[in-house]
Amino acid sequence: MPQFAGGGSGIGQKAVEIVLAAALAGVGLLAVVEGRRLGNGWGFDGPEAGYFPFWVGLLLMFASLVNLAKALRAREEARLFVTWGRLFSVLQVLIPAIVYGAAIFLVGIYVASAALVLWFMRGIGGFSLRQAVPVAAALAVVAFLVFEVWFLVPLPKGPVEQALGF
Amino acid sequence: MSELVALFHGFAIALQPHNLALMVIGIVLGVVIGVLPGLGGANGVAILLPLTFTLEPVSAIILLSCIYWGALFGGAITSILFNIPGEPWSVATTFDGYPLAQKGRAAEALTAAFTSSFIGAFVAILVITFVSPLVAGFALRFGPAEFFAVMFLAFASFVGLSSGSPFKTLASMMLGFLLAGVGLDTVTGQLRGTFGSTELMRGFNFLVVVIGLFGISEILQSIEEGLSFRGREGRIDLRAVLKTWAEMLRHKAIVLRSAAIGCWMGITPAGATPASFMSYGVAKRLSPHGREFGRGRIEGVIAPETAAHAAGTSALLPMLALGIPGSPTAAVLLGGLIMWGLQPGPMLFVEQKDFVWGLIASMYLGNVVGFLIVLVAVPWFAAILRIPFPIIAAVILVVCAIGAYTVNNAAFDIVLMLIFGVLGYVMKKLDYPLAPLVLALVLGDRTEQSFRQALLMSEGSFAIFFANPLVASIMLLGFVMLFWPLLSRLWQRTPAPTAA
Repeated sequence: MPQFAGGGSGIGQKAVEIVLAAALAGVGLLAVVEGRRLGNGWGFDGPEAGYFPFWVGLLLMFASLVNLAKALRAREEARLFVTWGRLFSVLQVLIPAIVYGAAIFLVGIYVASAALVLWFMRGIGGFSLRQAVPVAAALAVVAFLVFEVWFLVPLPKGPVEQALGF
Repeated sequence: MSELVALFHGFAIALQPHNLALMVIGIVLGVVIGVLPGLGGANGVAILLPLTFTLEPVSAIILLSCIYWGALFGGAITSILFNIPGEPWSVATTFDGYPLAQKGRAAEALTAAFTSSFIGAFVAILVITFVSPLVAGFALRFGPAEFFAVMFLAFASFVGLSSGSPFKTLASMMLGFLLAGVGLDTVTGQLRGTFGSTELMRGFNFLVVVIGLFGISEILQSIEEGLSFRGREGRIDLRAVLKTWAEMLRHKAIVLRSAAIGCWMGITPAGATPASFMSYGVAKRLSPHGREFGRGRIEGVIAPETAAHAAGTSALLPMLALGIPGSPTAAVLLGGLIMWGLQPGPMLFVEQKDFVWGLIASMYLGNVVGFLIVLVAVPWFAAILRIPFPIIAAVILVVCAIGAYTVNNAAFDIVLMLIFGVLGYVMKKLDYPLAPLVLALVLGDRTEQSFRQALLMSEGSFAIFFANPLVASIMLLGFVMLFWPLLSRLWQRTPAPTAA
């Protein structure tokens, strides 16, 4: 096992195991209910639409309950899922990625992408603005040329592209 | 010998200038994808798939399969020079490859890795050329029940042969089947699992799921491990190449054995990663220098690389002959076939001869081209990792988002991609295998259809799955694979009383 960067404390493996197994069992239950609603019996054209989801859902529930039971029996202090320090670095990437996903709806993909590169270079990489801005702008322009001009694939655009006449 | 005639016809297609150009582009892109930690074969192909709709199917598959070969080659570069496996199947290569590089023998390690990859792939392509037409011819007699039985066998082997918990494999697989079922039911026209959401009516596209599960989760994992790239110089000169080849001649047996392990594990859907570990383990156990493995033995590079490439390549055999992919990347390629309007399965060998043989011929050429490119251009590819990671991570995120968007021109898919990214990150850390999920998602509809058609034919009787010797033996084999862990335990226990 590699040395954990941020000391000893963090989220335990056991807790995450339990949450995931329970969530998957929940998905299985959802499928079983949905399968019942659609009909899991025999229709005039073969098995009804809910037949497959019903049984697959049951199997998922079964497997997840076994996983859940195993996780509950595991020793508490066995292993860490992630230390707080490492979770922080993951969130440092994940939160901007989520904001990026939302920003695409608002300002289009090119502006959002440039902003993402800028943020990563400034925030995580510690680059100066003078270094980061040209890289970010270059990425947006290259992506625009490749997709809109070369491959003719229209990507989500926002007010900036409209102002430029695209 | 009809295979050889068809193969030469395939070469005529693959050697057309625009296909050759696509081959080179694909290999170079693939090596870059293999070198970058956040991009792999499966999601690299998934991202580029929507851009290939304007190409002819045979050109498109040449481009995408060459990306796959390139990614297989590229994984070895970072393993040896940086001790960072660019791909899961090159983890075993780091064991001896990186120590070799530290001793200043990087050029030899790289040459050995590329050469054994090349040989492994070559053996697998020979197997594909001569075995897949036979398998396809045999499978032409299959009805829905037989097809369901083959799918059952493939999925059951996953559960039975999984290295981790079989219940985690099962859960991952069933999640894939459920996701595949969301959307319009093609038989009854009912909406399933959409819960009133119009966005979910399209269903979960496997490309979006693959980009999230493999791409986004990979970035999260890399950032968590706090990658710092400090690599060794990797320039290869002719002397090192010739010296390594001379040394490899002495390890013929390891090469052939590893290729055999790889082919077997690629055709049964175990995949390249377990193949590379198994081959490394076998080489270590059988070698008189077994104790020195892990400190820089050249055999420790040859064995996993040969097996990984043989497995990665032969994973295309069941995809071509039966329509059942042997690896996540093969699954994505199979999804591509469907999107290009081709019907995967044994009929491909009858109806789409140009496509099949063009692809097989391109495998021969692509591996030669790839081998030459990586030998010559290693230093440039390695230089990619000298770009600071924040820039690489941001660019990969952008590329993934664009890839997910272009599948359906839907911004909602970018949201789905992020959700599957987090799910993939958690699942990987908890040892839930992702390959069964992807395979179930790609094959879910066809599995369900053949199941329903079979039951329709038998008017609801499950006896149809045991109605003739062929389908019954496939089903039986499936059950044996499913309960393999239990059976092997019983096997070990039963002889004890008779011996006592």
